[in-house]
Amino acid sequence: MIVVENMVKTFGGFHAVDGASLEISEGSITGLIGPNGAGKTTLFNVIAGVLKPTSGRVLMNGEDITGLAPHALFHKGLLRTFQVAHEFASMSCRENLMMVASGQSGEALWNTWFGRKRSADEERALKAKADEVLAFLTIDHLADHKAGEVSGGQKKLLELGRTMMVDARIVFLDEVGAGVNRTLLNTIGDAIIRLNKERGYTFVVIEHDMDFIGRLCDPVICMAEGKVLAQGTLAEIKANEQVIEAYLGTGLKNKAQVGAQ
Amino acid sequence: MDFLNALVALANFVIVPGLAYGAQLAIGALGVTLIYGILRFSNFAHGDTMAFGTMATILATWGMQSYGISFGPLPTALLALPFGIAATALMLLGTDRVVYRFYRAQKAKPVILVIVSMGVMFIMNGVVRFIIGVRDIRFADGERFIISARDFKEMTGLREGLAIKTTQAITVVVAFVVVAALFYFLNRTRTGKSMRAFSDNEDLALLSGINPEHVVRVTWLIVAALATVAGVLYGLDKSFKAFTYFQLLLPIFASAVVGGLGNPLGAIGGGFVIAFSEVTITYAWKKVAVYLLPEQLEPTGLVQLLSTDYKFAVSFAILVVVLLFKPTGLFKGQSL
Repeated sequence: MIVVENMVKTFGGFHAVDGASLEISEGSITGLIGPNGAGKTTLFNVIAGVLKPTSGRVLMNGEDITGLAPHALFHKGLLRTFQVAHEFASMSCRENLMMVASGQSGEALWNTWFGRKRSADEERALKAKADEVLAFLTIDHLADHKAGEVSGGQKKLLELGRTMMVDARIVFLDEVGAGVNRTLLNTIGDAIIRLNKERGYTFVVIEHDMDFIGRLCDPVICMAEGKVLAQGTLAEIKANEQVIEAYLGTGLKNKAQVGAQ
Repeated sequence: MDFLNALVALANFVIVPGLAYGAQLAIGALGVTLIYGILRFSNFAHGDTMAFGTMATILATWGMQSYGISFGPLPTALLALPFGIAATALMLLGTDRVVYRFYRAQKAKPVILVIVSMGVMFIMNGVVRFIIGVRDIRFADGERFIISARDFKEMTGLREGLAIKTTQAITVVVAFVVVAALFYFLNRTRTGKSMRAFSDNEDLALLSGINPEHVVRVTWLIVAALATVAGVLYGLDKSFKAFTYFQLLLPIFASAVVGGLGNPLGAIGGGFVIAFSEVTITYAWKKVAVYLLPEQLEPTGLVQLLSTDYKFAVSFAILVVVLLFKPTGLFKGQSL
């Protein structure tokens, strides 16, 4: 579904992503792991159009989408969430979700004054949908709270909820689990699996929690120093020499093997 | 009786002019604050945008007058206002296309955009002076007063008169309508909400599928309307002179900053704070004091804190004080 070819992104002389190539198949939940600074988030940013790649291509179903603006990618069904949850702080959680679904008639300036009835109907449908999503994520009691005031974990759920407001096709989740407690992490995991099964979303998940990755993801891709090291099931990745070295360094590698024995 | 006279004098020279001036500043500051909130720079060209809008409206007014069109007791300029707004909108969209879009694509820092807007300011200022000239232009027609000082005195038998100019009443009414429409737009409509979303968190707005260019276009359209309305109301109340509008930039920015840049409610509050400070500090209080104080204490001077020549110093002083002690403004700024 998504093919990344020889992606390079440099910041000054630093190669954040250094010739990474990977393929994400439709309907999968792909895990993207790697030590800090491996270039995972930069790769996300390049795919999602936030950063322009230095060189390389991104294809979505065979179509070249390299360097398209984020809002254009959104309309192609490519969504992402942020490592640090973003929200429209001054709006309520419900309004946050309602902001997502664009392509409304109310968006044309003319219609805001003269197409009131149609806009109002759409708005009502949207509100019902937002409430549905909030209930799905078990945060319906927060609908009228300002998004800036809810907890970090709840903001993460809101991020996930945002992807449910439209018919996304592929969603890039950047550390959904960071700073989230176990229970909430399970809720998020359940939601991801349900969305994948029931609505056919393809997910790409950056995560450091290996239990979470193990429960959700197949295949798993491991990156280090801007390159793709290995791809396979979590068990395969865990057994991969290069991966262990990248994660633990050569010094600790031996200890890990001792532990395994 | 003396107390009533003092009150009427106060209303006549402080409250009524202060309200009208405050409303004009508020609408001007709303434009500045919207640009700051959404395009993220301080638009120094705003005063001259107001001048451009007023110029276009004056030209349309003259055109209408030459065909004998009038608006009865109301100034013809109100009829010409839509034309002025349309011309200003075209000019602003053109400027954005030619100048600002280039810097937006470069993701230029706000400081650079501020300097760019100064360039736009000089050009716009030149264009306005070139087209309509530098002299003072009065374009208010129709009925001059709702109540004149003499009528008021006859009606009430008081020694002091209360004059309410038509333009002052129009200013307050129009300001009220404009502000109500703007807040309805920002809080209730989809486009308005996406503007707020964009102001709140640009990255997220982009990733939520909000088209930034659309938001920017709508912002300029609204700013064109606000700037033209503010300029025309000011011009009707006083007079139009290109240079005066350039000078208006200071009180307008002071209003926006005092209220908290990026906060529309703050811009309105700030407008009135600045207007009333200016009027009360430069007003000669002798007239009021004469009625209130016993004869022995009657002041010999004018009891004027500052000559009107220094009125801009008032907004400047307030601006500095607010920036020193409460940089986010009285109403907390930064997002719409």
